[in-house]
Amino acid sequence: MNGNMNLTLKVWRQKNAQTSGKFVTYKAEAISPDMSFLEMLDVVNEGLTHKGDEPINFDHDCREGICGMCSLYINGHPHGPKRGVTTCQLHMRTFHDGETITIEPWRASAFPVVKDLAVDRSAFDRIQQAGGYVSVNTGVSTDGNAIPIPKVIADEAFNSATCIGCGACVAACKNASAMLFVSAKVTQLGLLPQGQPERYSRVQSMVAQMDEEGFGSCTNTGACEAECPKEIKLTNIARMNNDFFSAKLFREEGVHDAKH
Amino acid sequence: MSEIKQTFNSSLGKKLIMALTGLFLCTFIIVHVGGNLLLFSNDNGFGFNVYANFLTHFPPIEVIAYILYLSIVVHALYALIITVKNRKSRPVGYAVQPKADASWSSKNMGLLGSILFLFIVIHMGDFWFKYHNDKQMGFKEYRTDLATGKTTDAVYTPVQEDFSHSVSVENNVEIVRVKDLHARVVVAFSQWWYVLFYVIAMGALSFHLLHGFQSAFRTLGWVHRKYTPIVYAIGTWFFAVIIPLLFAAMPVYYFFMHKG
Repeated sequence: MNGNMNLTLKVWRQKNAQTSGKFVTYKAEAISPDMSFLEMLDVVNEGLTHKGDEPINFDHDCREGICGMCSLYINGHPHGPKRGVTTCQLHMRTFHDGETITIEPWRASAFPVVKDLAVDRSAFDRIQQAGGYVSVNTGVSTDGNAIPIPKVIADEAFNSATCIGCGACVAACKNASAMLFVSAKVTQLGLLPQGQPERYSRVQSMVAQMDEEGFGSCTNTGACEAECPKEIKLTNIARMNNDFFSAKLFREEGVHDAKH
Repeated sequence: MSEIKQTFNSSLGKKLIMALTGLFLCTFIIVHVGGNLLLFSNDNGFGFNVYANFLTHFPPIEVIAYILYLSIVVHALYALIITVKNRKSRPVGYAVQPKADASWSSKNMGLLGSILFLFIVIHMGDFWFKYHNDKQMGFKEYRTDLATGKTTDAVYTPVQEDFSHSVSVENNVEIVRVKDLHARVVVAFSQWWYVLFYVIAMGALSFHLLHGFQSAFRTLGWVHRKYTPIVYAIGTWFFAVIIPLLFAAMPVYYFFMHKG
């Protein structure tokens, strides 16, 4: 077909978490520029399967940029060189014919490789479970518009809520820090009235779990913000720090006993 | 007590210590550059030597000086601890270096800080240590005719062993006898390689503060749509341009002035 591309792929192959991996070079031929990056990998995998080789393992699910399942560190960028998109929304027209593309898994001790390009991101689930929720009593549901919320606050909370938890921030950060993810979750819940009762306990338990998982610290380089497919803002990190320090240093943490 | 320990042992707590010590060191260099402007006064070190004498004999300043030394050590030590932890967060690196949009200085704070630490050790060894311990460091006597305001200077050899400084007025002539740190400055800044080292170190200071000053505010959680641009402007123009330029001008000025 006219206008199709031939590419060279350098792909990280690793059998499982226990073995060490290596790069393997593959040819991706007759690739339509209209394919998504994952569809291109599907074509390569089909070829591998036909030859009787093990297909390249990579994470994917919705393929419409909202589930946060796809990953891939492509040519030095999490989710590839295009801003504000996930790998499934990255099209092959972003690359040029004859290009060599290096594909690596997310690199972080908290994200161990499961196989090839797939990593275990359950550390994010555990951070979320530590406090990333709002406790609501059961009973009659209240009218959603009963509590007035300023537009700015609602917008900030909703912008942070667009985080899909893909882990690109960790992959992009030179310290493999999860601060952008955790701060997005803390902001999304902490700004809205429904999240207020647990605001200060939430930030403490989520940060504690984040440290527990072995993510690095934040140097405020802003690489996470630049690479985030949902363009989550760095200001969330400052907001989380503010909540964390005021919780730790100034808030009432328990009921007073007789002596104090 | 254990709760406070827990706070400062968390990843955010360690960054809080970095931010607070860093900002304290920022306030120090304002005073340091201000006082050292006396080096430009062309009075054979009269103002500078009296200022150096004041700094070392005024008790509150001596107390602050020890807090300062502690801050430098803590800032460097925590930087090391955090860096080791961050490296552990990504045991396997990427084949393609991250290309995310992040400033050079933000990614090289450790390198810049190491240059500055080396500089501080050499700088303090040459001036602070010699001022406090070197029996060879001479004294100078400044005689100011109070009627005409004219000052003459001469080398002074103390009579007593433990002489530190004196101010007296005889026949309408004010006599000030102080340690001649200025002579040490003249000698040090007459070597081209020493001047070059100082200029390089001030370049490192510039890039360190270009990121560090505003990053400290982010770590503390003080980010605001209205005030953050002001913090950026101060961090860039005052801390990363004006202060390093003034500091670097001192050795350069002495090198060329005392040459011809």
